Amino acid sequence: MSQASASTASPPSFDAGRVRQDFPILDREVRGRRLAYLDNAATTQKPKVVLDALTRYYTEHNANIHRGVHYLSEVATQAHEAARLTAQRFLNARQTREMIFTRNATEGINLVAQSFGRRHIGKGDEVVITGMEHHSNIVPWQLLCEQTGAVLRVVPIADDGELIWEEFERLVGPRTKLVAAVHLSNSLGTVNPVSRIVELAHQHGAAVLLDGAQAAYHFPVDVQALDCDFYVATGHKLYGPTGIGLLYGKAAHLEEMPPYQGGGDMISSVTFEKTTYNEIPYKFEAGTPHIAGAIGLGAAIKYLTGLGFDQVALHERELLAYATDALQQIPGLKLIGTAPEKASILSFVMEGIHPHDIGTIVDREGVAIRTGHHCTQPVMDRFGIPATARASLAMYNTRNDIDALVVALEQVRRVLA
Amino acid sequence: MFDLRDLYQEVILDHNKRPRNFGQLKEPERSAEGYNPLCGDKLIVHLGLKGDVICEIAFTGSGCAISKASASLMTESVKGKTLAEVRTLSGRFQEMVTADAETEPDTDALGKLSVFAGVRAYPARVKCAVLAWHTLRAAIAADHKVATTE
Repeated sequence: MSQASASTASPPSFDAGRVRQDFPILDREVRGRRLAYLDNAATTQKPKVVLDALTRYYTEHNANIHRGVHYLSEVATQAHEAARLTAQRFLNARQTREMIFTRNATEGINLVAQSFGRRHIGKGDEVVITGMEHHSNIVPWQLLCEQTGAVLRVVPIADDGELIWEEFERLVGPRTKLVAAVHLSNSLGTVNPVSRIVELAHQHGAAVLLDGAQAAYHFPVDVQALDCDFYVATGHKLYGPTGIGLLYGKAAHLEEMPPYQGGGDMISSVTFEKTTYNEIPYKFEAGTPHIAGAIGLGAAIKYLTGLGFDQVALHERELLAYATDALQQIPGLKLIGTAPEKASILSFVMEGIHPHDIGTIVDREGVAIRTGHHCTQPVMDRFGIPATARASLAMYNTRNDIDALVVALEQVRRVLA
Repeated sequence: MFDLRDLYQEVILDHNKRPRNFGQLKEPERSAEGYNPLCGDKLIVHLGLKGDVICEIAFTGSGCAISKASASLMTESVKGKTLAEVRTLSGRFQEMVTADAETEPDTDALGKLSVFAGVRAYPARVKCAVLAWHTLRAAIAADHKVATTE
């Protein structure tokens, strides 16, 4: 990017072509073609700074954290806790002790269901979720309901994939103890009105968990502004490693919640008669954590925010509009999920052609998309389809990727129509 | 380099578009449902037996081109065969779609079914090809179970 253009715009405008160079895997060919990676909702690729952070940790700093008195342990502990600070600032939590490292978003939800849920949700109480949840934001609540006798309520969705707000208003009431909602739907792309959800739930005294597995890498999230009680995200979609996730919880909740797992690190003292638990967030981090993962995630977040996250979001929004327009030109193609508030996801079906066949054929053209129910079987049932094909965007995608998809879909029609 | 046409052969495309024996039997003696939760493919195989011989067979359901064509070709190839012959054929089919790329399919034994040899290059699609056969075996096995309890 030229100095001239950089000086007229602040922050400098986002250049996806430049960003692509930071991701080594995007250079490779797949099946003899340029790779068009459009399966970002499943996992994103990793920038070199993340790979370097992992290598550096294992080659220079590897040690266990928190109780070591030796040099390496101190450095590793500092790096791990610095990553927590990075994560705290990223989601704008008030304090680092509100930021718990988990394995992934799923574990964060299970933690809240089993710890907060079993303490506060009992027989006859209600948990409200939406009809567009990922299985990971359904099953933990079903388990809780089985264990406690609580009742699961589901807010239906409209034909365009939007939450039916009137139904939400109708379903949330005095029995509601918790509302769990996805911020950005992984199979429809719908962005839920999470601020309004939190506000209404709080009016009824219910806590709110937001599933930000998809949202957190597409646009800035501010948990204080949202005022949600819990927010979960996952590292491997945030351009970081697998096996590391984030759970934000308001300190007041986390303080009074019982531990989720017992073990080392989550205690302050142990005797056979009585164990005293450690303070938060460590109370919820039993056992040796994924130290390298946390450090890698910290590097990924710094990279993402360093590019100007607002600019990233803008680029993706423009690309989504371009892709939506391009796909709608294809005869017989129907987008599933056309809510007014949408991001990054293009789920679609093609007349007379099963999504599985679409996925296989576009793969031969070097285009990676996902086909299936995307861990949202109730969404598929809602739309009366067995599966969809899904292209999902990330910051390094360009119009070239979309054009490659369109060419590949024409090939699909040639082979199967 | 595998060509897409190795997987989507003309015979397969034809059976996908115009599946044979697609529909219900008037009075199926037995049937079984097969489901592939990964892709949502659902098949129901309906059987009519005369002694030990499959005299009637039909299928319903929905699925991808590979699973639908596989079910269609399967119904054609097992009609008139004894259950023992079907078991052998089913085993051969399974072997063919999971064999390594160098192994030549036994075209004498498999006949038209050898068009599915191309599936070997697509591990994610093997389940689509074998769904119909699993469902057929379930239909046969379920009946035997009922028979032994009587």
